[in-house]
Formats: sequence, structure tokens, C-alpha cells
Amino acid sequence: MKDKSLVQIALYAALIAALGLIPPVPFLTGIPITAQTLGVMLAGVMLGPWRGFLSMALFIFVVALGAPLLSGGRGGLGVFVGPTAGFAIGFPFAAFATGWVAERLKRLPVFAAALIGSIVGGILLLYVFGITGFKLVTGNDWLRSTQIMAVYIPGDLVKTVITAIVAQAVYKGMPSAVATR
Amino acid sequence: MISLYVQRQTWLHRMPAGAKLIGLAAVSVALYPVTTAWWLLPVLIAVAGAYASLGPGGLARLWIVKPLVPMFVLIVGLQWWTQSLNAALVLLQRMLIVIWLANLVTLTTRMEAMMEAVMPLLTPLKWFRVDPARVAFAVALLVRFVPVLMAVMLNLLEAWKARGGGRQVWRLAIPMMINAIRMSDHVSEALAARGGVHSR
Repeated sequence: MKDKSLVQIALYAALIAALGLIPPVPFLTGIPITAQTLGVMLAGVMLGPWRGFLSMALFIFVVALGAPLLSGGRGGLGVFVGPTAGFAIGFPFAAFATGWVAERLKRLPVFAAALIGSIVGGILLLYVFGITGFKLVTGNDWLRSTQIMAVYIPGDLVKTVITAIVAQAVYKGMPSAVATR
Repeated sequence: MISLYVQRQTWLHRMPAGAKLIGLAAVSVALYPVTTAWWLLPVLIAVAGAYASLGPGGLARLWIVKPLVPMFVLIVGLQWWTQSLNAALVLLQRMLIVIWLANLVTLTTRMEAMMEAVMPLLTPLKWFRVDPARVAFAVALLVRFVPVLMAVMLNLLEAWKARGGGRQVWRLAIPMMINAIRMSDHVSEALAARGGVHSR
């Protein structure tokens, strides 16, 4: 891997931490709706599948080492054993899928490609991880775990739209920054 | 760099990081077969005792689970309703024990020590021709640039408030992203000028 990619991966991961400072919109239960998951989908769109994956893997790795980089200053190993552990572990895979889909949709406008990519990566795939984690930690069955987690899907759909708006705006301002184009 | 580590000297701090990680894994696995709520209570009390042994403010650190409270209420309520009170209490205690223990490892282990402890786990990366030294470099770079980008973010938030604020604060993600991309270009140029990342 080139040094330039290595720097991009690291700085993008740092960016995700900074996005965690944007005040979260309070939601009904545990998982807050934050700009941070926005960053996960954006990682895929901006860096492409592989670098997106690596940058999220690096982010999650450093969180596990003990850095409070998740929104609200959360971090450490506790994150990986709680009921929402699946989501954190799914971040790299969600970024990969988002980037992969967005790359396949090059012909569509940036907005549409980013939106569809985010729905596939940031919702479909991420929830597979999230629901599996929830099921393993709480011992609920698949159906009930899915029902509980489904509460967050409307909020996340809003986020995919925002992701697409941000991707489009960045593409306008700096076309070279979007790797999936 | 900001870290959850608590600078003190306790018996937990002196324990090697690898031993703590293995202990954590062992406890999490050992708890699974337990199905009687009463048996878990002593373990829970022992974990709280370990927090108390961190010295002043130690017990207050148990509040780390505060953001999870609404979710706990939901999960426990469901479990009670669909199964039994015993099952609900087993689940709640097991979650608390594992989360608190994991956090205890984080509180008492320096990030460098943790990194060293997990380095052997990174050796398989060599099969994919990834040099663990480059992973270490990426971690260092991330740790260095978190405060830098956080400062940029706080500046943008201040400016946003000064302009009257509003609900669409997520719009700040756009300038943030462009800033980070520019910065990444500068850093890689600076790195190239210094001969690149040193591999072994």
C-alpha cells in the first residue's frame, strides 16, 4: 500500500472521531443518532471499498485500545461486549459495502450512487451485524432482536439521505476527493 | 492524547495487559452457563469492589453504563415478560459484569501496553503482505490527528453558533470532510519529503 493511502486511512479515521463532536439528535432508546455513523457510510463513498474498510478497521481498533473516540466520548473494550457491539464491529464491513455499491453505480449521479450505497452498506449490512450482536449478547431470538433494532431504521434512513447530500456537496467542491467516481 | 486510562498505581495497573485480556475473555465465557441470578451477584459485587480499589472516584466510574440504561430497561423488561424475572436478572447482571470488566481493563492499561499486547495478533497480517510496523504508524498518525481535527470541528461549531446555529448542524460535515482531505494531502506530501514511512 502506498504511503498516501496510509495517511488517508489514518486521517479519515481521525475525521470520524471529530464528527463524533457534532451534538447527537436524541432518540428514544440506547443508540443515539449521531453524525458518526454518517462518517462510516461516507468513508465507503469517499475512500472506496478497500480504503474505507481499512480506515474504519483502524478506527475500531484504536477505540478497542482505549481511546474514547466514539460519539459521547465512549470507547475502550466495554464497547465490544455491550448490546450494541455488533454495530461497532460492523463499521468496516458497512463502509466496504457502501463503497463497493457506490463504485458499481458510477453512471448514476453522485447523490443516487451514495444513497443506494449507504442503504445497502449502512443499513442492510450494518443491521445484520448489529442484530447478530444484539442476539448474542441478550439471548433474544432473531425475530425479537430484529424487532427491537428496527426501531432505529427510520432514523438511519434519514442519515443515508444526509450522507448522499454531503457526498454530493463534497464532490462539487472537490471532485478528486471522491474515490468511487 | 485523550485516553480513558486512569493514571494511578494499583494492583490492576501492575498486571500485564495480556493477562488482563485473557482474564476478561475467560470470565465472559465462564459466565455464560450460569442461569441462576443469585450466583452472579457475588461476581457483580467483586467487580464493583475492583472499581473501589482504584481509589477515590473509582466507584463513580461505574456510571460508564449510563448511556445504556434505557436499553437495559427495555431488554430486562422484555426478558421478564417473555421468560422470567430470574432470566431477566441473569441477563442484566451478565451484561453489567462483562461491560464493567472490559472497561476496567481499559481504565488500567496504557494504550501503548495494550498495543504491545495485541501486536502478536497482527502477525497474520504478514500473510497479506501488510507490515505490522505500518499498522503501528497508522495508529500513531490517527492518535496524533484526532485532537487536530477535533479542534477544527470545534471551530466550525463555534462559527455555526455565531451565525445563529440551527438544527441542520450535520451540514458541518461538508467543510469538515474537505478540511480533512486537504490535510491528508499535506501530510502525505510532508511524509514523502521525509522519505516515506520506514518499514523494517
